[in-house]
Amino acid sequence: MIKGHLLSIADLSKSDALGILATAHELAAITEGPNKKLPTLRGKTIVNLFFEDSTRTRISFETAAKRLSADVINFSAKGSSLSKGESLKDTAQTLQAMGADAVVIRHGSSGAAKRLADTKWISATVINAGDGTHEHPTQALLDAYTIKQHLKTDESDLSNLQVVIVGDILHSRVARSNVLLLTKLGAKVTLVAPPTLLPVGVESWPVEVSYNLDEVLSNCDVVMMLRIQQERMHNSFFPTEREYSRRFGLNSHRLSMLKSSAIVMHPGPMNRGLEISAESADDIKSVVIDQVKNGVSVRMAVLYELLGGVALNTEKNGDQ
Amino acid sequence: MIIISNAKTVDGKKLSLEIENGLISKISNEPIAGGIEANGKLVIPGLVDLHTHLREPGKEDSETVLTGSMAAAAGGYTAISAMANTNPVADTAGVVEQVFRLGKEAGLCDVNPIGAVTKGLNGEQLAEIAAMADSAAKVRIFSDDGKCVSDPLLMRRALEYVKTFNGLIAQHAQDPKLTIDSQMNEGSVSARIGLVGWPAVAEEAIIARDILLADHVSSRLHICHVTTAGGVALIKWAKDRGIQVTAEVTPHHLLLTDDLVENYDPIYKVNPPLRTEKDVWALREALATGVIDIVATDHAPHPIEDKDCEWQAAAFGMVGLETALSVVVKAMIETKLMDWQTLVKRMSTTPAEIAGYAGQGGLIEVGAPANIVLVDAAAKWQVRRDRLNSKSKNTPFDGMELPAMITDVFFNGRRTVAEGKVLNAGD
Repeated sequence: MIKGHLLSIADLSKSDALGILATAHELAAITEGPNKKLPTLRGKTIVNLFFEDSTRTRISFETAAKRLSADVINFSAKGSSLSKGESLKDTAQTLQAMGADAVVIRHGSSGAAKRLADTKWISATVINAGDGTHEHPTQALLDAYTIKQHLKTDESDLSNLQVVIVGDILHSRVARSNVLLLTKLGAKVTLVAPPTLLPVGVESWPVEVSYNLDEVLSNCDVVMMLRIQQERMHNSFFPTEREYSRRFGLNSHRLSMLKSSAIVMHPGPMNRGLEISAESADDIKSVVIDQVKNGVSVRMAVLYELLGGVALNTEKNGDQ
Repeated sequence: MIIISNAKTVDGKKLSLEIENGLISKISNEPIAGGIEANGKLVIPGLVDLHTHLREPGKEDSETVLTGSMAAAAGGYTAISAMANTNPVADTAGVVEQVFRLGKEAGLCDVNPIGAVTKGLNGEQLAEIAAMADSAAKVRIFSDDGKCVSDPLLMRRALEYVKTFNGLIAQHAQDPKLTIDSQMNEGSVSARIGLVGWPAVAEEAIIARDILLADHVSSRLHICHVTTAGGVALIKWAKDRGIQVTAEVTPHHLLLTDDLVENYDPIYKVNPPLRTEKDVWALREALATGVIDIVATDHAPHPIEDKDCEWQAAAFGMVGLETALSVVVKAMIETKLMDWQTLVKRMSTTPAEIAGYAGQGGLIEVGAPANIVLVDAAAKWQVRRDRLNSKSKNTPFDGMELPAMITDVFFNGRRTVAEGKVLNAGD
């Protein structure tokens, strides 16, 4: 059981992370029944505080919270006081006054979730749903869950799996969280990107780095494609979409180089034809839809552990 | 008449002195009865800062010339240099004379305005530099600090132009294109915590270019707040070739490193950013040997709301006047890299020489203006942000125990600090 906040994968021990995956697994089984709802968080108020647009992550958290019977308030930047320049502090204090038990925050500034948790602006539980180019811990947890589901159903961790993460590592919170979590769980991670999209200092990360996707594909168990944002091209991180796609896109030729057991992942939303071809996205190896589905279970597990306060088995017994 | 009895010089000699009409009128190695008992405290010349942000006019909620002067006095400074990035910008004789006059009215230290190099700090057109030099404020240092004079042709012209009156250009070395949206030092910490990097090369590229320009036009260049080992190497190279370059380092860059940014507390957000351990040691070494000539505070006050927020929304800068001496003692003397004689050179004598501030940074001798400071070198004190004299409380040293306590300061013979308390002109 984790306690406090969920701000960074770095704060979780290996057993914390495996515990969340186990809880998610149990919750997934329960919600597959005809009644998807659990009463666990009845009376709790969870605020989705989204300073950046992210329909997918917000809906996923909202679904997770509702399946646990929490009240959910969606607070997005557009059309609210946030777009009128209200500070994070004032927003936090407003939510505090309204009695929020947890704040799920998506913010464009790295460290925003950590600031919310460290300051005295608010006493609610803080869950990081993506902070700038820093971390997106629940995405990494759902990715680990999905990898385990497909490749390691019988074992506890991800040891000896080869994971390749491809794309804009420099600006990717998904990559940072996944590097931390997947290596913690025993996987070997290789980052593939043009040097312009790798951070200076990446050499201190527990990963291999390659500039050549073709060299690493045949050996890997998981290939995770990251979304490329068009604005990167305009800032000369790479010359053209075509050149990027040719060197770093997952096309059908590269798909054929993968082991038969390998899986293809993408955190979404996908740029079909840029970092991933339509054939790859829709191939049998693609687990993109599973990632979305597992996202709900994993986020339920996180909310459950942080706000429920009791181990799952104990509560089930209590209900009987 | 003021008598100070039983003080000690930086070279260990007993010293008592009398002050009359703003000057040191008598010096003795015997105690003098009936005055301030110094009990063996160090007596040093008043400190001189070449890099201070006072915020007046325009941001009086952060600092005024008066509150900045109080902070300066408390920190042992008898001369400070008000940076030009006020609102309106100090780019005309009118604004520099206003700041100069406010400094006189505060009466706690010399407030020497620095003039902008370019009009409105916009980096496009020279400000009326000679008019500021000829004004009552007699400006000799020109800087767009906060911004870099990044246009090489404009920098060349500025360096040439100030030769008329032996002025100097103080450059904030930061290539703007290499530092778009930059938040902290670019390295392993920025990679991990996902903040946009401010690479050392963005500072070093400008230092290298400006050294060559200063050489080409035989003018005086001063490099503000050097933060990198590479910058130090370039300045050493320039000095070895006889190029007229001087350089400063801030107290915070001598003590703090970029791993402090880890928790995203904007109290550590400063421009140029905190660098690595390796850079800190290179800066200390350079200050000890004189490759870096002086310590300058880059005192940068900001109101609470500019730091009580998320990292990216926060302002760059730290207050530093009141902790400068103690931080330098901790970084340089406690580490045995430097002695008190050298500290006095780096924080008083040399800055006064570079800027040409008369009556500052001189020897403690009969007939000299009585700009002197008593320091209890053996004492330790704890920094408390709520006890700062500065209007702003953005110190990164809050709660830290520091060596060397300034107890008394005399500015032109008037006691401006008594037992640690600032005495305003009206007191």
